[in-house]
Amino acid sequence: MAADKDHPASFQRRSIIKAMATGGVVLAGGGVFPGILRAQADNIRVGLPIPLTGPFVNEARAVQRGAELAVKEFNAAGGMAGRMAELLVRDDKLNPQEAVTRTIELIEKDRAHFIVGSVSSAVQLSVNNATKQRKVIYNSVSQSDTINEAKDWSKYTFHECLNPHMTAGAVARYAFPKFGKRVVFLTADYAYGHEMVRGFQTVGKAMGIEVLADIRHPLGQTDFSSYFPKILALKPDVLVVCNFGRDQAISFRQAADFGLKKQMKIIAPLLIHSGRMVDGHDVYADIIGGTGYYWGLEDTVPSAKRFNDAFRAANGGTYPTDYAGLGYVGVRGVLAAAKAANSTDSDKVSDALRAIKGDFYKGPTYYRACDHQSVQSMLIVESKPAAQAKNKEDIFNILAIENFDESKLRSCKELGHA
Amino acid sequence: MELSFSLLVQQLFIGLALGSIYVLIGVGLSLIFGLLTVVNFAHGAFYMVGAYVAVYIFEKTGNFWACLVLVPLAVGALGLATERWLVRPLYGRGLDYPLLLTFGLAYVLVDSVRMIFGVQGEHFSTPELLQGTVDMGFGPFPIYRIFLVGLCATLLLALWLFIEKTRLGLIVRAGSRDPLVLKVLGIDVDRVWLLIFGIGTALAGLAGLLAAPLRGVNPEMGGPVLIEAFVITVIGGMGSLVGAIVAGLLVGVVVAMTTLFQPELAELSIFALMALVLIVRPNGLFGREGLMS
Repeated sequence: MAADKDHPASFQRRSIIKAMATGGVVLAGGGVFPGILRAQADNIRVGLPIPLTGPFVNEARAVQRGAELAVKEFNAAGGMAGRMAELLVRDDKLNPQEAVTRTIELIEKDRAHFIVGSVSSAVQLSVNNATKQRKVIYNSVSQSDTINEAKDWSKYTFHECLNPHMTAGAVARYAFPKFGKRVVFLTADYAYGHEMVRGFQTVGKAMGIEVLADIRHPLGQTDFSSYFPKILALKPDVLVVCNFGRDQAISFRQAADFGLKKQMKIIAPLLIHSGRMVDGHDVYADIIGGTGYYWGLEDTVPSAKRFNDAFRAANGGTYPTDYAGLGYVGVRGVLAAAKAANSTDSDKVSDALRAIKGDFYKGPTYYRACDHQSVQSMLIVESKPAAQAKNKEDIFNILAIENFDESKLRSCKELGHA
Repeated sequence: MELSFSLLVQQLFIGLALGSIYVLIGVGLSLIFGLLTVVNFAHGAFYMVGAYVAVYIFEKTGNFWACLVLVPLAVGALGLATERWLVRPLYGRGLDYPLLLTFGLAYVLVDSVRMIFGVQGEHFSTPELLQGTVDMGFGPFPIYRIFLVGLCATLLLALWLFIEKTRLGLIVRAGSRDPLVLKVLGIDVDRVWLLIFGIGTALAGLAGLLAAPLRGVNPEMGGPVLIEAFVITVIGGMGSLVGAIVAGLLVGVVVAMTTLFQPELAELSIFALMALVLIVRPNGLFGREGLMS
């Protein structure tokens, strides 16, 4: 893709902008020019490639519902000078290749102005590669450390989600001093797992933790029983389980069956809402982990209350989950930036998005200038027993909130940014 | 960490217990293939349907033991219908016809379950009576897994007795060798095939129910199971009941031991074992020659 300038998508975008400018002049002059008016009334299209099939389908649906709310609110507020937003949802099947195909289709065939989405570290890197080449803004809503590194990053890359370094770091700072320093990792053998382990080890090293073993398991493992004797024999204080989705639920469940919880504290970088909802308190009991968002935050954070109420009104009373929050703020961000720039031009919107700061659903957030990582708060949670719950979606107790500042992120220099 | 003897023994035991789950998963597939020469690609889907039927029955009755009786009956009935109206018209047309049909059926079943129950998955608790662990001398072991080993052994014994020691079993065995002679003798071969397909799918459904407290329940749960079942059938020898049992236990032990020393290779080890067996014995450990031709 050497000649990006000549790329049909870029060409289309420029013609729309030109047409808009012309249309503005014509309108201001009171003239009527149907062809150009049609271009002006053209929707702002946000492409959302997410894994609607496969093991992360619950997270994908949540992202979609959050994104739909953001679009609805944007349109209800009058859009961008009357130009409405439209969401184009596509199934990336949790497959990097499929995701790239869908993304290119969204940009070139459906003329999407922005891409938001993906629920996998590997998938987002390939999506980012495709958007970067085509100079289209991409706001990723799932965990990755790599996407912000200079070699992958571009001016059009934004990372809405927390990253493994932040997530694991926050849980490590909370858990290691409380539960002990002899640590075993049980890790899903792919980028997400590896990055989480690195996050725990970076922070843990400074605290003097002793890593007894880092045991890797294949993605999509259905039986963990053969991992447990070794873990029990190592007698760690803390078992850090770095996996995601159904792997997490199955490993927690079987660890409990084998009595691991009686001998050690189990912690995880993230406790996934949908997993806890489906598998119940018994499976998650006594396990501590992080989350980017929990609706219970509404007791102390007014913006969370507003977001919850709006989401519930649009979704039959269901509370938003962690990934619903990400879908919401991910799409909300690019649309707000387009509105601020009064344009869908990637460069202008990128500048506008970089300048957006505020409290949209979980307290103050902003994008760090050098790498567009969203700097935000993170919650440390544990499962709440049904007896204490206010309703069936009341699944977590918030144990602590860590408000991130840039000092706790990997430095811009470390990521390779000048 | 010191590699103690007790750790090895414990790992071996875990491998055998895991193996009994593999046997449960594989035996239904092996039975249908061995006696009907139908490669049932919907095996994983029947397993998944079994788990969902269990969720439904448990919701209505709150009784795990009721599930244990009703799930095989329900999934077996679905199997009977499948054989009677979908598979039967394809007999005598070559291996790939029923293979493609069941492949498509698997998609239909998975999407039907997605439409009825949703995509999010369901929770299925270990029955209260079987919760907790017992000390096996080398460490704690879940009661439910011991129950599974026992149930699996009982089930296989019953199946073996049925095939080897009953009159109906004799007809089944004769039919799998030479259906024409059976027909000449005035025996309704169609009903024999129907019964076998029903039993095979009932076993798949039962495996789904029994795996639910370990692995959870979701529409995609049959995917990896189909692969596991095939590996076990191939290692054991296409169509051999004894083969499926030996292969299941062997795979369990190999996985457990690989996990202890090189956990990254645990998944690969199953396929390495399969390749190795196929090189030494192309028909599998206990396979009959010429079944595939």
